[in-house]
This record gives sequence, structure tokens and C-alpha cells, in this order.
Amino acid sequence: MTILILAEHDGNQLSPSVQQAVTAAQFWNSSVHVLIAGNGSDAINQQAASIQGVERVISSTAKHLEHPLAEDVANLIVSISDDYEVILAAHSSFSRNALPRVAALLDVEMISDVLNINGNNTYVRAIYAGNILTTIQSTDTVQVLTIHGSKFTAASLGNNAKIISIETPAAYDKARWLSEVRSQSDRPALNSAKVVISGGRSLGSAERFEQVLSPLASKLGAALGATRAAVDAGFASNDIQVGQTGVVVAPELYIAIGVSGAVQHTYGMKDSRIVVAINQDPDAPIFQVADYGLVADLFEAVPALTAAI
Amino acid sequence: MKILLAVKRVVDYNIKVRIKPDGSNVDIDGVKMGINPFDENAIEEALRLKEQGVATEIVAVSLGTSANQDVLRHSLAMGVDRAILLETDADLQPLRVAKLLKAIVTREQPDLIILGKQAIDDDAGQTGQMLAALLNYPQGTFASTLEVNVNEVKVTREVDGGTETIALALPAVITADLRLNDPRFVKLPNLMMARKKPIETINASELGIDLAPSLKLLQVNEPAARKVGIKVGSVKELLEKLRTHEGILV
Ligand SMILES: Cc1cc2nc3c(=O)[nH]c(=O)nc-3n(C[C@H](O)[C@H](O)[C@H](O)COP(=O)(O)OP(=O)(O)OC[C@H]3O[C@@H](n4cnc5c(N)ncnc54)[C@H](O)[C@@H]3O)c2cc1C
Ligand SMILES: Nc1ncnc2c1ncn2[C@@H]1O[C@H](COP(=O)(O)O)[C@@H](O)[C@H]1O
Repeated sequence: MTILILAEHDGNQLSPSVQQAVTAAQFWNSSVHVLIAGNGSDAINQQAASIQGVERVISSTAKHLEHPLAEDVANLIVSISDDYEVILAAHSSFSRNALPRVAALLDVEMISDVLNINGNNTYVRAIYAGNILTTIQSTDTVQVLTIHGSKFTAASLGNNAKIISIETPAAYDKARWLSEVRSQSDRPALNSAKVVISGGRSLGSAERFEQVLSPLASKLGAALGATRAAVDAGFASNDIQVGQTGVVVAPELYIAIGVSGAVQHTYGMKDSRIVVAINQDPDAPIFQVADYGLVADLFEAVPALTAAI
Repeated sequence: MKILLAVKRVVDYNIKVRIKPDGSNVDIDGVKMGINPFDENAIEEALRLKEQGVATEIVAVSLGTSANQDVLRHSLAMGVDRAILLETDADLQPLRVAKLLKAIVTREQPDLIILGKQAIDDDAGQTGQMLAALLNYPQGTFASTLEVNVNEVKVTREVDGGTETIALALPAVITADLRLNDPRFVKLPNLMMARKKPIETINASELGIDLAPSLKLLQVNEPAARKVGIKVGSVKELLEKLRTHEGILV
């Protein structure tokens, strides 16, 4: 039995989430292959080959994979799927786009955002924004799944797995990549930062979001996150929305500032080691998931906190 | 241009779902239900395309029991032209939903199909991509902007780290993100009128698709709550706790 991991990268760097996927794959005690779809990504192949537990890196290189579309990634995986019983990836916008397409082409259901892998094709995953956990068993012949990154530690480095190149299927001709906008930030990546500071609607404007939260983030080397309300209001960009429909984070320290604590938000942060909440409403639900709660006006408390660090 | 929408009936997002006393499943008896929020964004987008003269007909389809008529009535009240109920009491999983929707696509031949990016009950986020795969159509998931040109739709997608824009040949499958638009409120007279509109009902078993689920539910649990924290009285006390109790160097 062999496991295929769909790797995510940005053309230069392999995503750290691949190391978590490799740890998840160890559950089956079988060979683990990592698929890199890209356009001449030698450095990325090497990074994948260095992950402990990887037996083989499968490299698919083509011009049209420079910005891989779900259609092309799915066709690529299906072209080699006969060799695999498990196809998995870390749960990200990339894998959520491509893997359901793979599953349908293979005529199997897919299991999204798995929290825990058990024997006999049994998995634990959350439903209803994390309010309920379900244990489900798949009767499909091929297991297609994404894993909830924060539940799996990163596999260590130091390996030197074999890298092989494979033939890439022709480009799908009904979809074209046009452009992308990447958020520019000097801060650490949200999904791997040790400290995350999230702001809510109460920050009031994009300027104040920046003015109030940035100095604190800089002092703590933190990534910034936001609630959906703050993103919808235009205070923060969509890719830093934490929650059920955004990013899931599990840092050492999560500081929620002017965040009410709706379940859709807490789904994305409740695995953080320490949660601090600053909110002027003593009954705000965020305090139910906070280790330390400070009832205060954020516009006074946050500058005071920044100054005291 | 004809647009097909898939609307799911789900537990209202404000409700904290509980488990049945016997632990066999979630207890949604008598709980407030409504249209999946993302599917409302899909409806709104279709209505705007019609208002712009791009779309000519909008058809909404829902899969489930006769209770799903309420979300179809809601869709009609928002302004969709026709509603189809694909009736079944099977426990539907995304691949099965996609197969049933494919049968409707074959019949209706829409140019654009819009679903929600995820259903807030199963949080699967798969059906649109699966439907696109089964039809061999291109897919534009997590859409925050749509722009329809002659034979093509340009989609801006919300992705980790920013946004991405792609162009898809029609027919295509789109999944709506929350930022696509702000769905309109349904006016009471429209809701009254929608009560009288016909809903076409098709028995799902007539479509010859095996609906037996391949994912078996073994158990449901409530997740362990975080340990109860404390309130601190000041910024100074907060820092002290973090430094001395948690060893966080701030
Ligand atoms: C389908 C769906 C998906 C969703 N997905 C997500 C998601 O992924 N992520 C997400 O975050 N949300 C999501 N939401 C939205 C979620 O339900 C909440 O509406 C949202 O999280 C609330 O954001 P907020 O806390 O910023 O705003 P509010 O709920 O308005 O809370 C503002 C808080 O700030 C406090 N406050 C105000 N002024 C001050 C002050 N001066 N000092 C201190 N405190 C102050 C208030 O007491 C209040 O608690 C989703 C909703 C739906 C329907
Ligand atoms: N039973 C259903 N009836 C109609 N549409 C559905 C149904 N189940 C899923 N969908 C559509 O598929 C989308 C994604 O659902 P899911 O893949 O379950 O997260 C939803 O937003 C709907 O548009």
C-alpha cells in the first residue's frame, strides 16, 4: 500500500504544512510519496525529499503548472492514482479546490479536515463549525482526505528521498489562470506564527486596525488575524480571516481583541495553547474560550499592553 | 444565459446544535432551519446577473425531503424563476449530491451553475468541485467576484495568502464565498407570492443513482471544552500571569 501526498508550494518554498501531512501519513505505516506539481521546481523537490518519512518525491513539471489549476492538478493525480490507496493533503484553499475533484473522478467520497485518523478507514472530523465531532468510517477503496494541520506535528527534516520525474498530462483547455494578488506583509505567516493577534469589527476602520494592532504585533513578532466582520467591513484582507470559513490557527499565544467569540470564529482558534481576550463586554462569549480575560476598552488596554512589553 | 443554483436546507447558523440523548446523531428535531448562507450568496449573484441582462432564467434545485420546500420558496421569493425539489430521505453525501445535480444539469443544460462554497452543517466544501469533475466542466471555487463575458466567466477567488483570478469557458461551475455580495432581504409580499408558485418535484430514486452512503457515521461527540480561564484586573496582571504562569516572554 502506498500513500500520495499532494504538496503545496508557492513556486519557491514548500509549505510547512507538507511536513504535517507526512506525519499524518505515517499512520498507515506504508510508503509515502509526495507529489510536486510545478514549473521546474528543483529546490522544492529537494525540500520535499528532505522530510523524514518520505520515500519518494514525484515531480511533475510543465509550463501550465506554474500556477496550478484544480483541473490540471486533478487530472495529474488521476493519471497516477492506480498506484495509491490513500491520497491526502493538508487542508488549505489549494487542496480544498483540487482534491474533491480528484475524489469525484475516482468515484469516491472525500473526508475533509480530518482531526484524527483511526484504524479501519475511520476518521474524526468536526461538523457544525466545530460544535460536534463525528467519527466516520469510509467504505471506499481509495481514501481521499485533507488533514487539520494543527492536529499533526511537523515531520522532521534530514532525509534524502529519491526524486523521480513523471509525464504530465496535457493542460486542461477550458480554464486559464490570469493573475493573483498576494498580501504583502513583513509579519510571519498566519498559519505558522507562534503568536497571533486578531481584531474584530470594534476596531472601527482599516486605519485603526493597523494603528492599534500593528505596534503590538511588531513587539511580539506576531501575525495579524481578523474576524469575518472586520474583513467584511474592509478593515483587513480576506486571507487573514480566522474561523470556520477562513484560516485555522493554533499558535502558542492567541490574543483576541474586540472579538465577540462567535462559534464561526472560535472554530479557527480554539486549539491555541494560551488564549487572551480583551473585550469591554464581560459577558462576551470569547471569555469562555480564553485562559486570561481582560474586561477593558481596547483603545486603552492595547496601547498600555504594548507599552508594558 | 441560464443559471442553475443548488440550495441546501441547513440548521440556522445561530443555533448551537446538540446531540441526541442516545448519542446516535445530532438532534435537529424542531430546530430552526434555513437556507445555507453561502447558497444565498449564490442566489443573489444570479439575480444580479439577470438584472444586468446577462442571465435570462434562474432555476434553483434542492435535494432532500418535502421540508426543503421552504428553502425553495425562499429562493422564489428572492426572485429565482423556477424551483425543483429532488426528493429523497437518503443521508446524502457530497458525491451523491453531485451525481444527482449532474442529472438535473443534463436535463436543464444551464450555462452557469452556482453552489455555495460549503454547507455549514457538514462543512464539507466539496459538492461544487465534484459536480464540475463529473461534468468535466471548469470550476471557480470560493468566488468573491464574477464577471460574465460572451463565452467566458472571470472569477476572482479567495485563496490562502490573497486572491487569484481565473477565466473559465462556459458552461462552468462556481462556488460562492461570503464576500461575493450581500444577499437581499426577502419582502413579505414576495414571500406570500412565492407560496403560490409551483415547485416541480422529482423523486430522486427515478434517476437511477445509487445513493447508499459510503461514509458510515459511527459516533458523534461534543468536543471537550477548553478549561475555564480567569479574568484579570489589569494589563499589569495579565503580563504577570503570562510571564510567571505560562512562561511566555512578553
Ligand atoms: C456562514 C458563516 C460563516 C462565518 N464564518 C466566520 C469566520 O470564518 N470567521 C469569523 O470570525 N466569523 C465568521 N462568521 C461571522 C460570525 O458569526 C460573527 O458575526 C463574527 O465573528 C463577529 O465578528 P466580531 O467579533 O468582530 O464582531 P461583533 O460580533 O460585532 O463583536 C464585536 C465585539 O467587540 C466588543 N467591543 C466593542 N467595542 C469595544 C472596545 N472599545 N473595546 C473592547 N471591546 C469592544 C464588543 O463587546 C463585541 O463583543 C461567519 C458567519 C456565517 C453566517
Ligand atoms: N442537499 C443539497 N441540496 C442542494 N444543494 C446542496 C445540497 N448539499 C450540498 N449542496 C450544494 O453544495 C454546496 C456545498 O456543500 P458541501 O459540499 O456539502 O459543503 C452547498 O452550498 C449547496 O450549494
